[in-house]
Amino acid sequence: MSEPLVIIGNGMAAAKLCEELSARALGRHAVAVVGAEPTLAYNRVLLSEVLAGRMPAADTELKTAGWWRAQGVTLLYGTPAAAIDRAARAVVLADGQRLPFSRLVLATGSHPIRLPLPGADLPGVTTFRDLADVDALLKAARPGVKAVVIGGGLLGLEAATGLAGAGVDTTLVHVMDRLMERQLDATAARLLREAVEAQGVTVELNAHSEAVTGETCATGLQLKDGRLLEADLIVMACGVRPNADLARAAGLACNRGVIVDDRLSTDDPDIFALGECAEHRGLAYGLVAPAYEQARVLAAHLAGRPAAYEGSTVSTNLKVSGVPVFSAGDISGTGTEDIVLNDRGLKIYRRLFVRDGVLQGAVLFGDTADGLYYLDLITNRTPIAELRTELAFGRPALAA
Amino acid sequence: MNAPLPVPQATSTTCPYCGVGCGVKATPDGQGGAIIEGDAAHPANLGRLCSKGAALGETIGLETRLLHPMVRAGDGDLQRTDWGTALDRVAEGFRRVLEAHGPQAVAFYLSGQLLTEDYYVANKLAKGFLGTANVDTNSRLCMASSVAGHKRAFGSDTVPGAYEDLDQADLIILTGANSAWCHPVLFRRMAAARQARGTKLVVIDPRRTATAEEADLFLPLAQGTDAALFSGLLVHLADAGALDAAFIDRHTEGFGETLAAARAETPDAAATARITGLPEADVARFFALFRNTERTVTCYSQGVNQSVRGTDKVNAILNCHLATGRIGRAGMGPFSLTGQPNAMGGREVGGLANQLAAHMGFAPEDVDRVRRFWDAPHMAGAEGLKAVDMFAAMARGEIRALWVMGTNPAVSLPRADAARRAMAGLDLFVLSENVVGTDTAGCAPHVLLPAVAWGEKDGTVTNSERRISRQRPFLMPAGEAKPDWWALAQVAERLGHGWAFAFETPAAIFREHAALSAFENDGTRDFDLSGLKDVSDAAYAVLAPVQWPVRATPEGPDGTARLFAEGGFFTPSRRARFLAPAPVAPAPVAPGFPLLLNTGRVRDQWHTMTRTGLSPRLGSHIPAPVLMIHPEDAAAAGITGGGLAEIVSAHGRVVLEVRLDAGQKPGTLFAPIHWSGATASDARVGALVHPLTDPVSGQPDLKATPVRLAPVAAETRGFLIARAAFSARAPLSPPPGLHWARARLEGGHGWLLAGDADPAAWGAYAEALAAGAGCAESLVELSDPVGGHYRAAAFTASGALAFALVLAPAGTAPAWDAFARLLAAEQIPEGDRRAILSGRAGGGACGPLVCACFGVPRGAIEGAIKGGCHDTAAIGTALKAGTNCGSCLPELRRMLSETLVPA
Repeated sequence: MSEPLVIIGNGMAAAKLCEELSARALGRHAVAVVGAEPTLAYNRVLLSEVLAGRMPAADTELKTAGWWRAQGVTLLYGTPAAAIDRAARAVVLADGQRLPFSRLVLATGSHPIRLPLPGADLPGVTTFRDLADVDALLKAARPGVKAVVIGGGLLGLEAATGLAGAGVDTTLVHVMDRLMERQLDATAARLLREAVEAQGVTVELNAHSEAVTGETCATGLQLKDGRLLEADLIVMACGVRPNADLARAAGLACNRGVIVDDRLSTDDPDIFALGECAEHRGLAYGLVAPAYEQARVLAAHLAGRPAAYEGSTVSTNLKVSGVPVFSAGDISGTGTEDIVLNDRGLKIYRRLFVRDGVLQGAVLFGDTADGLYYLDLITNRTPIAELRTELAFGRPALAA
Repeated sequence: MNAPLPVPQATSTTCPYCGVGCGVKATPDGQGGAIIEGDAAHPANLGRLCSKGAALGETIGLETRLLHPMVRAGDGDLQRTDWGTALDRVAEGFRRVLEAHGPQAVAFYLSGQLLTEDYYVANKLAKGFLGTANVDTNSRLCMASSVAGHKRAFGSDTVPGAYEDLDQADLIILTGANSAWCHPVLFRRMAAARQARGTKLVVIDPRRTATAEEADLFLPLAQGTDAALFSGLLVHLADAGALDAAFIDRHTEGFGETLAAARAETPDAAATARITGLPEADVARFFALFRNTERTVTCYSQGVNQSVRGTDKVNAILNCHLATGRIGRAGMGPFSLTGQPNAMGGREVGGLANQLAAHMGFAPEDVDRVRRFWDAPHMAGAEGLKAVDMFAAMARGEIRALWVMGTNPAVSLPRADAARRAMAGLDLFVLSENVVGTDTAGCAPHVLLPAVAWGEKDGTVTNSERRISRQRPFLMPAGEAKPDWWALAQVAERLGHGWAFAFETPAAIFREHAALSAFENDGTRDFDLSGLKDVSDAAYAVLAPVQWPVRATPEGPDGTARLFAEGGFFTPSRRARFLAPAPVAPAPVAPGFPLLLNTGRVRDQWHTMTRTGLSPRLGSHIPAPVLMIHPEDAAAAGITGGGLAEIVSAHGRVVLEVRLDAGQKPGTLFAPIHWSGATASDARVGALVHPLTDPVSGQPDLKATPVRLAPVAAETRGFLIARAAFSARAPLSPPPGLHWARARLEGGHGWLLAGDADPAAWGAYAEALAAGAGCAESLVELSDPVGGHYRAAAFTASGALAFALVLAPAGTAPAWDAFARLLAAEQIPEGDRRAILSGRAGGGACGPLVCACFGVPRGAIEGAIKGGCHDTAAIGTALKAGTNCGSCLPELRRMLSETLVPA
């Protein structure tokens, strides 16, 4: 008899967990996935492509309906979970259904942050988090429409370039002095800005938002320096916070996210959490790679094999409007030695951060093929003395 | 149907490099270059060419040519002018110096690269019309001791044998001759003889050269003891009853005294071994080989000549051949291997300060004879100053006017720094050159005259076997370049001697030269071209290679393969003279300079690289100047292989990269002579060399200068390579503060760099370089200041590599081969461009070129050996390496033994 395993959340972490489970413990669990969004799990990273019209929404689907069926997973999407009845070992859905579980996994992701600005609730102000947001933006996006995207991080850049790709006159405002300041150094950020501007996005740095203007709908964004940026659409894309609502309500230990141990277990040994909703060793990751690593560990654990998650080296590996950008490790530049490769013509930039003969961090712009190589070196603390000369050129060529 | 294109005719001419004098067939490619092949019909090489000859087509471009006359303006800068103005300036300068200081204040410094015709006119002008015998040449540095030795023994400057003797010998002795590298085509003939008839090869040389590695017996004797070895041999031959008593009796004089002197110094093999530092058994084996082998040829070159005892060494060798009568017969004889293509031609016309003309000296009857022949108004009546003395007189202000032709004394003379200063202080300094930018051109000449170069020149040269061959033109003169003889005749005319220099063609000069050789000769002088004194222009045009003396016969001009088999020497008594060399003296102690510096050539370069330096292939074998040192000496001086060392003598200093070489005799160093101030920052080896000369020949001792050495910090190594179009437009100066050496690469130039400098500073240099090339927007940089790395590259608008700069901690810099390959590409694919600074772009086997003829790098040969090629023949089949000139065969054999024997 299979044990009932319920996964709340139908995002990328949940899909990866199902995939890992099917590879390890086929038939051990009767798996049910509960998702609030009315779609199959999709690749959130590709939303900007959909927004830009470069990809139909259907292509973001991670797995086909047939795949889910073949795995024997019960999919309950479009029906949010409302509560966890820990005493009864059941999940209560918004429609009143109760799903008993012997084990429960929380993969509830995160909420987009909405800045508490005056006028933030006006029509025309939206976030950029899910397909529903994309649908709304696509409906509004037409040539001639003006949009302001707030947030110069990954999400904001994707929203802005997506909108610009859809023909919208787009301005990106960012409160810091450079884009993606947590992932990029000044040079890479400048190159990224140039690339984004080349896509038709106007970038305003050091821009503090003060209020959304408009009576019945948004008409612009007022900045603290007095400037008013006209806008029909205002997209708040300034970050996410873990969605620990259900866990908190169920009395599970939470901080910013649901606190988990190295087995991804909450303080209830039968309840687990992974992905953006989970907080491990004080860190709630907002990226897909740690979620996938957690999925592998959790799948092993659920399959009865010893496995431990010891945290992820944060890396960002993405394409911003077609420009590959990679960032990993400590890129603060304090106490580290620089190795810099800069190709002005090809717009390729690499900065490696070395301390004590070990790679600590890496920023890559334009050519990220070696990102995972650097990530390995950082994660494994590989001594690089022997590699140093060739390090900036990436993985050594195989000996002939 | 298109009319067929006219097929360009191949022109038969002669190689301009060493004294072998190989026949070359040159076919113009219609684009200023030419396809070069060996001339199978030429008796010197029978179709073979060495790496340098085979690369001649790469060295005839215009990029470094001097294309028009230049004169020094009031501000000191050289400015373009026309020939008339330039020649007026030369004539006026000579006139003033002659009037104010007399003919002794005038000098000519000529070159073994000149044609006989140019040489003849220069010699005639100086010695007959300006009245100065200060006419010396770079041949003084090359074979003056052989000349002096020949004259002492034979009464004439005669090489008795022919190259055929090498084919027919059973024993070939090479002493002071690295023929595998310096006369490769002859060395191939020797190798063929060894194959065909088992000829034994003995090599006598203080260092284990590529030639020595091929020897049946290698005698690494102590520096400067060659004469003792041959004196010991003479004693042995006498004691063993191996003398040719009849020959000695009939054709020689002085044998008894000479043998007695030899016996006093080297009574037996043991004594000889003691003096020469050789194992007695090896000495005995050498003696026995010589004793038992009738057909013995002894070849000698710079190791014998360039010595304070050079003439004695030559005579010690000649003694043994005279004593055994092994001279002038097939397969035997002493054989001076000349360094330069026309050193012998220069000697024929009198192009040495101690010769007058046509093998006549300064005996009163000779002076009178030549005066009458030339109808000369101002005959020089006594010997002039030989090269080293000439430049010393210049430094003292005694010589005030100098005309240099086709040579680079600022690099090649002993105390080269002093020579440079001496030239810069002249009242009149005229330089005839075919290239710009030589060190000598940097010595403030007043007039630069553009000379025609090989491929444009028209005249004759004489090789080491007395063979006169034509150098024929197959290209139009570059720019306004003119033959040197024409410029000389023009100056003569301006000085009022036009009637004696009214030559219209080189053939006319040759006829006069031949006529002088025949003038009142009657068999009294070896050099006799009477058979050619009336040669017609048409016959001169098609003159076949011929060995002098050439006398008229009913069948036409003859030629002479060998002399002296039946005596007939040119001493007053017609007998050859035995001469006892001075006993070997202990090497003079030079406090503070404990090592002896030997200098010489490397395989693929020639002289100061003004021509071979234009060939990418030739630059690849040894791209930068090096110092060869025995590992023990290096360890004692705290120097490591690959590091830099400063070498200091009493006269100058250089900084060279060190190569450890167990074949180098402890206590001695070797450095190549080729690099100049134009091609390297600190490698003018001539600046170190002491001014000691042989007392008889005046030839400088270029092979034993006392020096000391010290390590030089060079934490940073690397290179700069730059595209030709770019580097020509904006001549590059290498990064400041580094030692550098420049080499020609396919498509551009490369500078090898070494020094002790902060790599972090190079960003600004690269930025300026890129800005200067108009390609700053394409700059690629790698910087790792803590790791000590800096690399940069930039690209032209069309995507070709403009330059690449790589600096790294010593031992970690990539080889430049991979980068250099990219210079030749018109466009670098983007995929390769990403890897450009890694050196991974381009791919292919790399390393220094081992086979320059076919451009085969070391990496490819190692690959072939590992892939199953276990002898040189197999390597040749697989890669063609070693199948042309063969000068890389010793290196191939060494690589085979190193690669096949597990370490």
